[in-house]
Amino acid sequence: MLAKIIEPYVGRTGGLISALRAVQAEVGYLPEETEAVAGDLFNITRAEVKGVISFYHDFTREPKGETVVRLCAAEACQAAGGRQFVSEVEKQYALKMGETSASKDITLEPVYCLGLCSCAPAAMVGGRLVGMASAAKVEKAIERVKRERVS
Amino acid sequence: MSALKLFLPLDSVAIAMGADDVADALQNEAAKRKIKLELVRTGSRGMHWLEPLLEVEKDCKRIGYGPVSEDDAVSVLDAILGDGRHDKCVGLVEEIPFFKKQTRLIFERCGVTDPLSLEDYKSHGGFEGLDKALNIDGAAICEEIMQSGLRGRGGAGFPAGIKWKTVSEAKADQKYIVVNADEGDSGTFADRMIMEGDPFCLIEGMIIAGVAVGATKGFVYLRSEYPIAERVLNGAIVNARAAGVLGDNIRGTGKTFDIEVFVGAGAYICGEETSLLNSLEGKRGEVRAKPPLPALEGLFGKPTLVHNVISLCSVPAILAKGAKFYRDYGMGKSTGTMPFQLAGNIKYGGLFETAFGVTLGELVNDIGGGTFTEKSVRAAQIGGPLGAYLPPEMYNLPMDYETMLANGAGVGHGGVVVFDESVNLLEQARYAFEFCVEESCGKCTPCRIGSVRGVEVIDRIRAGRDHEKNVTVLDDLCELMVDGSLCAMGGMTPIPVQSAVKHFPEDFGIKQKQEAAT
Repeated sequence: MLAKIIEPYVGRTGGLISALRAVQAEVGYLPEETEAVAGDLFNITRAEVKGVISFYHDFTREPKGETVVRLCAAEACQAAGGRQFVSEVEKQYALKMGETSASKDITLEPVYCLGLCSCAPAAMVGGRLVGMASAAKVEKAIERVKRERVS
Repeated sequence: MSALKLFLPLDSVAIAMGADDVADALQNEAAKRKIKLELVRTGSRGMHWLEPLLEVEKDCKRIGYGPVSEDDAVSVLDAILGDGRHDKCVGLVEEIPFFKKQTRLIFERCGVTDPLSLEDYKSHGGFEGLDKALNIDGAAICEEIMQSGLRGRGGAGFPAGIKWKTVSEAKADQKYIVVNADEGDSGTFADRMIMEGDPFCLIEGMIIAGVAVGATKGFVYLRSEYPIAERVLNGAIVNARAAGVLGDNIRGTGKTFDIEVFVGAGAYICGEETSLLNSLEGKRGEVRAKPPLPALEGLFGKPTLVHNVISLCSVPAILAKGAKFYRDYGMGKSTGTMPFQLAGNIKYGGLFETAFGVTLGELVNDIGGGTFTEKSVRAAQIGGPLGAYLPPEMYNLPMDYETMLANGAGVGHGGVVVFDESVNLLEQARYAFEFCVEESCGKCTPCRIGSVRGVEVIDRIRAGRDHEKNVTVLDDLCELMVDGSLCAMGGMTPIPVQSAVKHFPEDFGIKQKQEAAT
């Protein structure tokens, strides 16, 4: 299964990173056997694959919540009340940045800049961009993403 | 009856503010009224407080309505079909002072054209630069870039012409153009906007560079946080190939150049060129020691021209209008225009392209309108997370590379993040270190460990433990990071820290030094 996802990227420029992105898009995270399978296919050591996985923020070795809520934690959003916005969202879901809810429905995580600095604070909820974000707006976006997933 | 043609941005900011919902509402309403609606999704004009900004063309001029919400769809449609009057009408878009004051050489088409339409691109001056470049030899193109005085817009400000010449004169069986589209600096979004709003401009710039230095292959290293830019850019590349602008026979000249978009996986450091190259090779994004310069040994050890998006997007206009035309804008050694990005706590946030030499105060107060919280401005951070925090008494400084450098700051990628009086600069300095902890590639000790120690020292200063000694330690640590780091990540993290201490000592509990009575 993993080999089938990874195979097309062998021999492409930067193929390993693209392959890992593809696995994560498909499976939701990078299962343990990713290292061995990718190592074999790319003809590199498992340690090298592990090194790449651990280097980049996007890669995760644990399944995340169904909806990933990324809150911008960078300066421009801080200037627009981002620190308070982050703590309001954390309070709303009783989660800290980087945590996944017990029911596995949401994960909160920081992101450093979505390029929406002129309509800060910014968030990305399950891939949807939210500008001038508030805890209420985030909640609405989560509900909407859930609705769309059902339909 | 001909279709009603309206323009609405697909830019990330417009979408984050609800443009897609507005589009749906307009289509639904038009269908209800049995009106044929042609909704052209453009880039953004950069007046982000007006997004989503809906435009309609009357007598060859665009009239704008913004910010439009989905609830406005019915009434705005009524207005457009009627006498045009509406609370949200902002009149002629290009007459809005924020827009009118600009000199748009790079963003000329952004917000005007359909980003995926080659026809639109050509009818708005697209490919004039490329056609000129295809008729002269590589050395002449490099010379034109040299004469224009263009400098790298990624932050370092290195003369582009010298870089081009180096790659062009390097002997190799394969050379590459690599675009640094890993725009991770907070407060910057110019790369994103041009890729979403006018991707052919980047493609044209890349082809010209390829032809000039003898590279046949180009990569755009795009950050994963920009999914819309990825979609638009890939669409534009497909269209450019189909039209014979990319591929084996560019515009019938027999020359070869092709482009691939590579999406990163989330790492700020990959905006550093050597880290980016390692990442593009599928490895950890650790920085490489220089020399060798990427211009001689870059991607896979081949001569590589690594350039920021905006650097390459400046190229078509330079070729089309000539080096002299370009050089006449700006001041001193900072020639041409720069897209300044106004962000953070600012009333009129967005993108303002103008010649170098505009003062910081003009950008923050006159153009940006001060803070949206209506409180006074206390600090502005210039040029991203590795840029200086400057107080209002320095806002008479003109924005150009040398002036900023002389004042312990830098233009960087042109971002200006505004803070009101509620900001605590000790917290911002602490965050600069925190960010470095998070994003250091780990290759060199001053950055990897120094950043952790920096957070600890600031915490001790905040708690008032051995205050004076720790202030000295902080200074010492910064000096070490500047002197001992391989790249700008560790080498420039002290800039926001030390500028905060210098200009806002009261936030660090530092009393102004009294003249010792002797």
